[in-house]
Amino acid sequence: MPTAPIAWRSAEVREIVVETPRAKTIRLEVPGWPGHLPGQHVDVRLTAEDGYQAQRSYSISSPPEEDGIALTVERLDDGEVSTFLTDELRAGDRLELRGPLGGYFTWTAARRGPLALVAGGSGIVPLMAMIRHRAARGSHVPTHVLCSWRTADDVIYRDELARLAAQADGLEVTHTLTRRAPVDWRGLTRRIDREMLSERLPGPDARPLSYVCGPTAMVESVATLLVSLGHAPDRIRTERFGPTGGAR
Amino acid sequence: MITRGFRNKRQRPDPSRVPPGQYVTSDFPVLSAGPTPRTSLDDWSFALRDVDGDGELATWGWKEFLALPSTPIAVDIHCVTSWSKLDTRWRGVTIDALLEAAGLDPPAPYVTAFCDGGYTTNLAVEDLLDGRGMVAYEFDGAPIEPEHGGPARLLVPHLYFWKSAKWVRGLQFMEEDEPGFWETHGYHLRGDPWKEERYAGD
Repeated sequence: MPTAPIAWRSAEVREIVVETPRAKTIRLEVPGWPGHLPGQHVDVRLTAEDGYQAQRSYSISSPPEEDGIALTVERLDDGEVSTFLTDELRAGDRLELRGPLGGYFTWTAARRGPLALVAGGSGIVPLMAMIRHRAARGSHVPTHVLCSWRTADDVIYRDELARLAAQADGLEVTHTLTRRAPVDWRGLTRRIDREMLSERLPGPDARPLSYVCGPTAMVESVATLLVSLGHAPDRIRTERFGPTGGAR
Repeated sequence: MITRGFRNKRQRPDPSRVPPGQYVTSDFPVLSAGPTPRTSLDDWSFALRDVDGDGELATWGWKEFLALPSTPIAVDIHCVTSWSKLDTRWRGVTIDALLEAAGLDPPAPYVTAFCDGGYTTNLAVEDLLDGRGMVAYEFDGAPIEPEHGGPARLLVPHLYFWKSAKWVRGLQFMEEDEPGFWETHGYHLRGDPWKEERYAGD
């Protein structure tokens, strides 16, 4: 059965929100947007005047319940697309994008839970779409969010996560800082390890759905630890992106 | 559509080697949908399965597999997420050599590659023959690391890299082309990077 290609759409930048020194959220109006599932991404394509094009995938951070879509982009020092999006782009500009893409790393309230969401840095972005969707739908599915950041300055959506966790509707959020912590930091200060996963996330008996997103080494380590703790591999979904470091 | 303010600050990639929409990386990014499976080499086998699904046409254990004639290749690889990596070096057993060792002519025009972890991907047999597909077990002169699909992965470098199934355990012959894992999640049935066959309908 022939399928129509997913169209490139012209999206207009409505607003740019500074999240952290390295991350910005781009709110876009996308005429004809067909809707998306929390966890999906888009391909963004940039075209220079000389015809040169570059395209990259970015996760959608907004829930389907909101108008338009939001992308949260972390600036990579050697990134040709992320540096443009975080340094140059401003409200009123137009971007080409297509999507929504990726139908696997997704969760909707209809799937229930419990949920274990584990993020390394900007890996929180697709998970945030799930967290926002859960709140928008008034879902009380037990949801444990574990986020690893280098420093307190890197924490994206900090206030919103705190506000959602304060609603006492089954959402728990844990942050850990791996490099440097402010003196008044009361949270964890180490990389995600076995003990943290077993203390902060539902155990295998609860049969949680786990979504792990972040840099390769972190995702590799967390997914392997979850399996070793007894979680069923087919209930662990992973998405790896960002700088790949020395992985090869 | 020109993007205001966007300028090409990089060397334009060589269009004879880098397909449209791709950028070159020296990294080796990892993309997988779930945890990395780890199968003991004692339990590892590779099977060619007949169209009915249960008949095994041929099976090799790890040591038998390593004893098959192997071929080194140096190729460029292209991931649908838009990175390309040039001059990667692999060693493995070509599908031609596997069929020859099994004394087989392909019994059907398509295969589904099946893998530890439940991953599958579909391919036309002709995309695997004449040296275009192999089961690779070495990368850059060393065993392939588990996160990159070790102990053995399919390598079909002329298609997007999701077709080069990690942790491959065999090929199931199919009369019809039936979508595998990513193909049922919106990705293209064939995945030719030079035609930018990224998503269903491209």
